[in-house]
Amino acid sequence: MPIPDRIERTIDLAQPPQRVWEALTSAEGLGSWFGDRATVDLRPGGTAYVEWDDEVHKATLTIVVVEPPARFAWTWGIQGLPATDPRRTYVEFTLTPSGGGTRLSVVESGFAQLPDELLDTAYRGNVEGWRKELGELADYLHAAP
Amino acid sequence: MSWPTTSMPRPDPEAVARPDPEAVAEAVFAALAEPTRRSILSTLAARGPTTATGLAGLLPITRQAITKHLELLAAAGLVLAEHGERRRIRYRVNAAPMGIAQSYLAALARDWDSKLTRLQRALDTPAPPPGAAAPEPAVPEG
Repeated sequence: MPIPDRIERTIDLAQPPQRVWEALTSAEGLGSWFGDRATVDLRPGGTAYVEWDDEVHKATLTIVVVEPPARFAWTWGIQGLPATDPRRTYVEFTLTPSGGGTRLSVVESGFAQLPDELLDTAYRGNVEGWRKELGELADYLHAAP
Repeated sequence: MSWPTTSMPRPDPEAVARPDPEAVAEAVFAALAEPTRRSILSTLAARGPTTATGLAGLLPITRQAITKHLELLAAAGLVLAEHGERRRIRYRVNAAPMGIAQSYLAALARDWDSKLTRLQRALDTPAPPPGAAAPEPAVPEG
């Protein structure tokens, strides 16, 4: 049961890169194929908000790469974790002209992020605790007559 | 500096020295597959740290069965045992391993296939002239 760290997909589209770029990066585009509504501040460091009609799902994208009409990337939170969780995945779209159309690839990476607290508190703490406790037990036994 | 008195060691510290995310996720899903263990976890989440005897008073399960389930939940890292006063052991929810299981589920939930299919359909739909009503978004399946 491997935890996928990356999701990679490639799709061939009949439209030229400029048209695909518009669909990927505009509020109208992101608010139709991706979500149901969107606002986009299209610049590196800009933020895009995407909402879905179920009133539950919404996403805040931090735009990282804007290279029209070839490369577009954002980071966003991991579904199921609190919005304040620092772990984010990285989504990168690459648009390559292909015939009269576009080969679009999307790579999302960073799912298999080990939570720091897992090592620090739950496990490492116990491992270290055992080491010390057993050491203390050994000392105690040595000291005992 | 001594070990915090609120935490209790797991039975096999060597086995968890280097937790493997896959093993953690597997243990979490296996632990959650059992309805009694889910109700124990739900109860601990709702009420906070509780002893096995306390759980037995809250759930329609014997204390012995609860103890067995708590051992399994502790092995999965989902509960931590704390030494309370008078040698009582209280159990509390530990969320850390759930983050790994959530990461796994989140990868499945992204569902890029559906999104890219929607993108393809949106592109195949001719853009309406400015000012025109948006076309019906429904596209036949397939």
